[in-house]
Amino acid sequence: MKGNEAIARAAVAAGCDAFFGYPITPQNEIPEYLSKLMKDHGRIFVQAESEVAAINMVYGAAGSGARVMTSSSSVGIALKQEGISYIAGSELPCVIVSVMRAGPGLGGIQPSQGDYFQATRGGGNGDYRVVVLAPESIQETVDLMKQAFEIADLYRNPVMVLADGLIGQMMESVDLDKPVKKRHIEPKTYAAIGTDYHEGRNIINSLGLDPVYLEQHNLVLERKYKEIIKHEVQYEMYNMDHAEYVIVAYGTVARISRSAIDQLKEQNIHVGMIRPITLWPYPKKAFDLIPKSVKGLLVVEMSLGQMLDDVQISNKGRFKIAFYGRAGGMVPEPEEIVDAILHFDEKVVD
Amino acid sequence: MIRYEKTKGLTDLHTHYCPGCTHGILHKLVAEVLDELGVLGKTVGVASVGCSVFSYDYINTDFQQVPHGRACAVATGIKRVLPDRIVFTYQGDGDLASIGIAETIHAANRGENITVIMANNATYGMTGGQMAPTTLIGQKTTTSQEGRTIAQHGSPMKISEIFSQIEGAAYIERTSMHNIAHINKTKKAIKKAFTYQMENKGFTLIEVVSTCPVNWGMKPREALDWSKEHMLPIFPLGVYKDVMKS
Repeated sequence: MKGNEAIARAAVAAGCDAFFGYPITPQNEIPEYLSKLMKDHGRIFVQAESEVAAINMVYGAAGSGARVMTSSSSVGIALKQEGISYIAGSELPCVIVSVMRAGPGLGGIQPSQGDYFQATRGGGNGDYRVVVLAPESIQETVDLMKQAFEIADLYRNPVMVLADGLIGQMMESVDLDKPVKKRHIEPKTYAAIGTDYHEGRNIINSLGLDPVYLEQHNLVLERKYKEIIKHEVQYEMYNMDHAEYVIVAYGTVARISRSAIDQLKEQNIHVGMIRPITLWPYPKKAFDLIPKSVKGLLVVEMSLGQMLDDVQISNKGRFKIAFYGRAGGMVPEPEEIVDAILHFDEKVVD
Repeated sequence: MIRYEKTKGLTDLHTHYCPGCTHGILHKLVAEVLDELGVLGKTVGVASVGCSVFSYDYINTDFQQVPHGRACAVATGIKRVLPDRIVFTYQGDGDLASIGIAETIHAANRGENITVIMANNATYGMTGGQMAPTTLIGQKTTTSQEGRTIAQHGSPMKISEIFSQIEGAAYIERTSMHNIAHINKTKKAIKKAFTYQMENKGFTLIEVVSTCPVNWGMKPREALDWSKEHMLPIFPLGVYKDVMKS
């Protein structure tokens, strides 16, 4: 099954009630499949007039208590950032799928990881966070889609599934019924559905003109983000025994790095990998587990160095850090990563 | 004996609106209509950015406060999830006719079964009286200090006329708040719009010619007279679309 189709089918399997989206390559198969799937399941599908409208429809549906999602790509995600900030500020759950293409500006439609900052730092205003899940295979995409809805509902916060054009377009066999961890989710008593249906009045709101009030709200959000950091970090440590070097990579690049690690093994060079699955919260603690004997970390991205910042923070100055990146829609070959390890010292960054 | 009783559709809070502003009366009309139709408990309001952003404090229903211009997109999301509820947006002319024109037109075109209450006071009230798409030619604002010109900023946008052309619109009427007779007509129009929504007839919009005495630099009475003399010739009152009559 193609990645984008898997995303659509996983959303339905996860009980998504409503989808609002707008066409953009390379994620078009998601709204295309969902336009039929949602109708077949008696659920809601609306093709909005813009990405801006789509995320605001998501905001409305989330405020009404629905399980809701949108999907888009780089340029379109940029347009959604205002709405994502409102959804985070109003403490509503939703799932946003971002299938990254290359930028900046209109850029190209080939795979990229140039939106790491866009996903993990966000372009919306204010002190808010979005949980970001980065799959490296179609099966993991399906599993993380299901998790995304659970995490969103549990913490009443937007969750982004960050794929790239390669994941979206690649085909693999998947098990759609593979169970994921179910969370205990409270009834959505906050939803604004009419006062006949609950006690008091429900107002979905992020306005706070009084700084004393707003700071308290910011602190409530901060406490929630700390809970997320405590409980939701996911990562994989691969081939770490006897590792001389450790590659740090996520998504498609992690997958390519596995081939590079195999090739290096044939040359008797042992290389491990830290693969962040949650990009926020970032798996900082994984870096504390790297043995002292390791000579250095190689960060590989399909960008010119974005996750690199988080690796530098997490490394706490322990190891030399080298970087290898491709951009503009160019996908690194395993041989390029092998070469970067062989010439590690030349790639070291300050 | 006739005794006046405040509608259950309003909360007990005092509004923050300036003296002479017509938002307070317009809120009351919406609240009374929802109360009279018996749907207060089944209604979700959408509070847009602008002076009326605090409408959620005053109108006694569930509410969602939304980004600038996006009221009709958010209302779409709410109504699609809750098709048996009454969903309305309360927006100003800056919010609807400028930054939110795309969301409003497309909600109308999809025939979203929602009601839009638009207060048109020909200015951006909350931010301090800047020029709006509805500002009259020659009207002085803080961003058109020598008066709006067609050459620089075009002509006032006529929302009711524009929306009357949209297939999915069921009822479009422009009313005014400049005297009691017209306030009563406004209430009838609002009631008709909500009644159409209850009958699933589609998108309804009531454009209400309003005042902004403070930003216009007028006393409340002068502002009402000014709206009648200067706005109504540009924004003629009347029913612009009624699916039951066309």
